[in-house]
Amino acid sequence: MSSAATSTTAQPYGLLAEFDNPAELYHACEKVRDEGYQKWDAHTPFPVHGLEDAMGAPRSKVPWVSLVFALFGGTIPAFALQSWVAVEASRQVISGKPMLSWQAFIPVTFEVSVLLGAIGALLGMLIFNRLPQLYHSLFHSERFERFSDDKFFISIESRDPKFDAEGTAAFLRALGSDHVELVED
Amino acid sequence: MSTKVYTETHQLSDPVAERAPLVLGGLDFHDVTEMVARPVEDKIQPLWVVAFLGALTLLGVYGISVVWLVWEGTGIWGLNNPVDWGWAIVNFVFWVGIGHAGTLISAILFLFRQKWRTGINRAAEAMTLFAVACALSFPTIHVGRIWLLPWVFPIPNQMWAWPNFRSPLLWDVFAVSIYGTVSLLFWYTGLIPDLATMRDRAKGKIARFAYGFFALGWRGSHRHWINYESAYGILAGLSTPLVLSVHTIVSFDFAVSQIPGWHTTIFPPYFVAGAVFSGFAMVLTLMIPARVIFQMTELITIRHIENMAKIILLTGSLVGYAYAMEFFIAWYSGNPYEQFAFVNRMFGPYWWAYWIMISCNVITPQMFWVKKFRTTPIIVFVLSIFVNIGMWFERFVITITLSADYLPSSWGYYRPTIWDLGCLIGSFGLFFTLFLLFLKFLPMVAIAEVKSVMPQANPHWDGYHHDDHGHDGGDHDTHDEEAA
Repeated sequence: MSSAATSTTAQPYGLLAEFDNPAELYHACEKVRDEGYQKWDAHTPFPVHGLEDAMGAPRSKVPWVSLVFALFGGTIPAFALQSWVAVEASRQVISGKPMLSWQAFIPVTFEVSVLLGAIGALLGMLIFNRLPQLYHSLFHSERFERFSDDKFFISIESRDPKFDAEGTAAFLRALGSDHVELVED
Repeated sequence: MSTKVYTETHQLSDPVAERAPLVLGGLDFHDVTEMVARPVEDKIQPLWVVAFLGALTLLGVYGISVVWLVWEGTGIWGLNNPVDWGWAIVNFVFWVGIGHAGTLISAILFLFRQKWRTGINRAAEAMTLFAVACALSFPTIHVGRIWLLPWVFPIPNQMWAWPNFRSPLLWDVFAVSIYGTVSLLFWYTGLIPDLATMRDRAKGKIARFAYGFFALGWRGSHRHWINYESAYGILAGLSTPLVLSVHTIVSFDFAVSQIPGWHTTIFPPYFVAGAVFSGFAMVLTLMIPARVIFQMTELITIRHIENMAKIILLTGSLVGYAYAMEFFIAWYSGNPYEQFAFVNRMFGPYWWAYWIMISCNVITPQMFWVKKFRTTPIIVFVLSIFVNIGMWFERFVITITLSADYLPSSWGYYRPTIWDLGCLIGSFGLFFTLFLLFLKFLPMVAIAEVKSVMPQANPHWDGYHHDDHGHDGGDHDTHDEEAA
């Protein structure tokens, strides 16, 4: 980052602004979005509905991971294995049924697809969120601990092209935040 | 600007016509955190210790029973030639069924946007996990030589012999183990934000590290919440057909065989309804005392109890209908073996078990037509225990059909031994040990989810208008007066 070249060590993580309730946060997010910030986020104790629109955040791609896992990790291998076992590896005539009695393979195919789909959903969520990440600069802030209780935060990173320690802080205060702090990296 | 700018009236108004609010007592977000976290953070209660020691004792009984079983073989049970399946399968089906309510609450009610689920879903999902653990233990020990258990997995052995994928018993291995795994993933996903809450509140170093480790560094980022909610929705969507398939496949264990009384197409829906029925009874049995002991009557309200009682009424009626329909079809089929099997259930040597089942499963739930009964916790609690007993006997009645099949010369009477009893009681020990550990170490109510269904969680909630720091005009005062 060019602007930070002179003081690389002193570069803060960004600014953290505290809000009291979802309504204040929601309106503040709309303003931050409209101001053109890119590297910023909201932090809430629970998912505030509609906040993704107020933030202009994109849709989740997690469903695709789940689908790929379910289909290519579950459905196809499970059905293929059962068919191969029945037709090739371990041929058993049961009640004179055909070797490829595929109807009997559906339950296991279904169950394995569900398992892989579920694993895919959880893994996808973790991968896109870059979790686990036990260390994060925001944890330097004492007040930030209350994000998981009853406070609502907006963080704007110093990497954002529009970031300016004083200007952005004033902007956040104008949005109604009582407490804006600079968070060290 | 303070946090509590909204008034009591605002809190109590429910946007949906005059229903009781989901969170009582005018709590704010912080109060909810406190209420749920307190029992975990407080010093251990003597009552908990007594309960835990009791559960451990029963778990010890299970341990002894299983060790003796592995040493001696399944002959220590009361199994005999016609009744090759005894209490092990009865207990297995009983426990799997219990688990179903947890998934129904967490997944199906989630898809139907039943917001009241948030008060009870965490504990119900925990119940599911522990019930499935108990359930899985029974087929595991029932195989007798448990060191050969890997044979159920699709791993070729030295004889290049594969399991039979056409067998419902093998489907069962997949269904129940995957059900347990997916329930665990679902439960854990739901726990992540609450583990972060526990981490941020933790005083001790160990607690902070442990909660922090499993919270994965959750920081409530809304960009994370978007992926999180997507994953949660998918898990709910996958769990819904999964839970229906599990008891369907369990019922195939019976229905695919050629035994009179078992070989019926009604089994899958009848088993699923029974599972939900018994599971909700167990949720009520656990939650009615827990909400009082842990002082959470404002989060787990009478409305929650009443809703669950209504589900018991519905599923109990379905089960009663299924019992009647089995008889009708037995008569209508014109098959004498089928007819005999059902008459024998009612008036044969096991008549007592059949009538216990009918009284507990058909008559008991009908009490819930009366609103007074649905809304009186002690009555619901007592009735829920009857349902638990009745559903255990249902599985006993079904299994014991084996005692009289086609040939009278092979009939026999099944008598459980002390070791059967040890395994049944012991499995309750396993269940309660796990459940008590859960109550002690994890938040028993989904904190983040409860907050999200409170009226003030909605950013457009009426109560916020006068707190809008000026930029949308001066009309906010009128709102205030309306509310007051």
